[in-house]
Amino acid sequence: MATAPSSTYSAITLNINGEKYPLSVDHRTTLLDALRERLDLTGTKKGCDQGQCGACTVLLDGRRAVACLQLAVAAEGREITTIEGMAEGEQLHPVQQAFLDLDGYQCGYCTPGQICSAVAVIEEHAAGWPSAVTDDVRPEAGPPPLTADEIRERMSGNLCRCGAYVSIVQAVARAAATRTESAQDTESTETTETTETAA
Amino acid sequence: MTTATTGTKAVKGAVGTAHTRLEGRDKVTGAARYAAEIPFAELAHGWLVLSTVARGRVRSLDTAPVLGMPGVLSVLHHENAPRLDTDYVGMLGAPDPTAAVFQHDRVPHLGWPVALVVAETSEQAREAAEALLVHYEEEPHDVAFSAGRPDAYEAAGFGPAVTEKGDLEAELAASAVVVDEEYTTPEEHHNSMEPHAATALWDGGRLEVVDSNQGTTWVASELANMFSLDPGSVRVRSEHVGGGFGSKGLRAHQVAAVMAATVLQRPVRVVMTRRQTFSLAGYRSPTAQRIRLGADAGGRLRALDHDSLNLTSTVHEFVEGSAGVARTMYDADAHRTATRLVRLDVPTPTFMRAPGEAPGSFALESALDELAEKCGIDPIELRARNKPERGPVSGLPFSSHHLLDCFREGARRFGWADRDPRPGLRRDGRWLLGTGTAAAHFGAGAAPSTAAVTAEADGTFTVRISAADIGTGARTALTLVAADALEVTPDRVRVRIGDSDFGPAFIAGGSMGTRSWAWAVTAAATELRERLALNTGIPPEGITIRSDTTAAIGALAQKERHSFGAQFAEVAVDPTTGEVRVRRMLGIFAAGRIVNPLTARSQFLGGMIWGISMALHEEAVRDRASGGLYGADLAGYHVAAHADIPAIEADWVGEPDPDDPVGIKGIGEIGIVGAAAAIANAVWHATGVRHRNLPIRPDRVLLGGTAEAGTGAPRA
Repeated sequence: MATAPSSTYSAITLNINGEKYPLSVDHRTTLLDALRERLDLTGTKKGCDQGQCGACTVLLDGRRAVACLQLAVAAEGREITTIEGMAEGEQLHPVQQAFLDLDGYQCGYCTPGQICSAVAVIEEHAAGWPSAVTDDVRPEAGPPPLTADEIRERMSGNLCRCGAYVSIVQAVARAAATRTESAQDTESTETTETTETAA
Repeated sequence: MTTATTGTKAVKGAVGTAHTRLEGRDKVTGAARYAAEIPFAELAHGWLVLSTVARGRVRSLDTAPVLGMPGVLSVLHHENAPRLDTDYVGMLGAPDPTAAVFQHDRVPHLGWPVALVVAETSEQAREAAEALLVHYEEEPHDVAFSAGRPDAYEAAGFGPAVTEKGDLEAELAASAVVVDEEYTTPEEHHNSMEPHAATALWDGGRLEVVDSNQGTTWVASELANMFSLDPGSVRVRSEHVGGGFGSKGLRAHQVAAVMAATVLQRPVRVVMTRRQTFSLAGYRSPTAQRIRLGADAGGRLRALDHDSLNLTSTVHEFVEGSAGVARTMYDADAHRTATRLVRLDVPTPTFMRAPGEAPGSFALESALDELAEKCGIDPIELRARNKPERGPVSGLPFSSHHLLDCFREGARRFGWADRDPRPGLRRDGRWLLGTGTAAAHFGAGAAPSTAAVTAEADGTFTVRISAADIGTGARTALTLVAADALEVTPDRVRVRIGDSDFGPAFIAGGSMGTRSWAWAVTAAATELRERLALNTGIPPEGITIRSDTTAAIGALAQKERHSFGAQFAEVAVDPTTGEVRVRRMLGIFAAGRIVNPLTARSQFLGGMIWGISMALHEEAVRDRASGGLYGADLAGYHVAAHADIPAIEADWVGEPDPDDPVGIKGIGEIGIVGAAAAIANAVWHATGVRHRNLPIRPDRVLLGGTAEAGTGAPRA
């Protein structure tokens, strides 16, 4: 319901995927509900509405955040990136392409959150952020190898009830390798794609 | 008029070749719209109000103040809601009256729907729902589930309550080796990532419901029955479904939405919150199972008794058929199985991925491992020695039985031959290591369905079937099946699903969806291909052939029809913290012809991950004081996360079903079956301690399977 500004409504402008969206919101409206119910950006999913499942993961100024724990009024002035902003026209983001090619999903409901999370994970890792499973956390050590365990640890805020974890980890590794290759244009063809086998 | 046919050259081979999901691009870009994401003009939002007592009556509701709140349109409750008919038999039996909301003042469990508040926005509806004061007449409740309940009674579910042959006590007494143990599994919840959601509206005299469910014609017929509507006047659509696992049938949200749309004459959406799904969406009952095995010194079973107790609500009977596992897997001279129930003041449990088989296989396959240990026989060899020739209860022949092929292939790939059977020997630093195995099986069934296949004038084909893709890849699989039946490439086939207007079809359930639908699609497509071979040309409206598989499926010979599998797991156990980590896992399945290897692998792996989650994490704990659950959310109820899951593998041995037109058996559930037992058996191998109560929590590991840890009692 578009309503005039009052003590419980405010007119705000959200910057989403590089576009400006002016709207009037109930102060209680979460960023998640503003996206889904008001702006018809339904790619961001509501799995629990209380910050426990990761399905509503978006990027705020390039960093991951769960949109259900963010009030829309507080998101004004931030650069918001949702799943709808990941592809360049018809060209899928490498993470999206890897999820598609490697079947990194089943029902698809957690997928936008997984992909947004993965995009940020790859950037966080490249920037040298350690995780709980990083052996050497000294700043001078640089980014640890992006092993399957590193990916699992960093992606653990995104639940997938269908159990697509095995393929998701492979997809994130493949996309991360693509980024490394394009960023460094390196002669090295060795990738971090998981080569673990169970048997 | 064109003369397009299925092509000059027969094209085959789509089935069995890996294809990415047809809706994959929509899913990775966020374009795929799920039930709560279809926009409607004038949409109103409903918010369910659930009871805060576990047993009693609603004395009154203070609706007046709530109706005066901003945006509030209506408060529906038992005094003003439309009346429903629940005296009918639906596709899966009599309806669970849990879905028939607001029909009386009785409260049979905590979290029972007592009102629906409808408002212009979801924020307004939520605030008003939380402000609604409900007065109860509270009565003492009983939610205490335990093996020793004197009020338990024998109950038949989808199989008989009791099967018996031979003299059990005599055979046990004469057995060289006996295992007599009790096993428990806790209350478990589906927790599909997409919560249940429905939008209902009346459009030109028809009721339209956009919903998230496992079968649109199923839900449409249930709604038609309940609201006493002509079946043709109800249309249910469900294009994309964010997981179901057995929980997405007729539930309170659709019924409440239809009521509100009827009263307000505008579209109304009702979405369950995550917490609400814990009392409104069904769950797997806890089980208490006693297994008695008697064998000769060589491990051949002389006696087998599988007795399983589960709970149900006071308003509906649901049997978790755990003892059914023994009816398929192992024979014995004396053989008894029984399913028993106790009625408590709790929500009604329901189907949850491998209902019966998941908890039943944990108990029976754990007991087999204990028997192997006692007999000094390799667990795989023990199963080989007890492979039944015919159905242990039915006496019918097996249509195929490839369990041992799965064990052979799995053992080879897992490195089973190198295993020292003695427990507690392998170490890796602070970790004790062990490996375990277990058998898996699931019934291979098909149910009547209809489909329509149209040859379009432009040379393409359209398939219409009210199938549901709940993450299984059904849309893609049916495209491959149709392409092969039409002898064209898949890119010429468009499959439309998730719309009850396409006619009756079975649900995505019982591992029967893809097989049932593929049968109907194949029948229609084959007839269409034969028609097109006559080269009579295609009129502008196309040529449509419809199929109905009722007769063909009814003509199937009576046989024991099952998929089989072998699960292998390696675990690491930290005896200091009690932590159990699965290090690797392998599942090999004989599950008929695999339509799409890419998505089938995902589905098997998903089932195995459910098994890991069941073995180590999942447990809903009911508070005896309030009658509700502790921590009814995804923080309080842990499902396996990325960090819990190692590199695991699933594969299959080729085994087309000779009695199915495509060779399909169905793969949705078998992945979880036996998985928890394989892990529990591996924990024994690592530590020398048997864990007969799931989940294998750190505190239970630390207590070393002592009596205190073994009661199955909740943490307090």
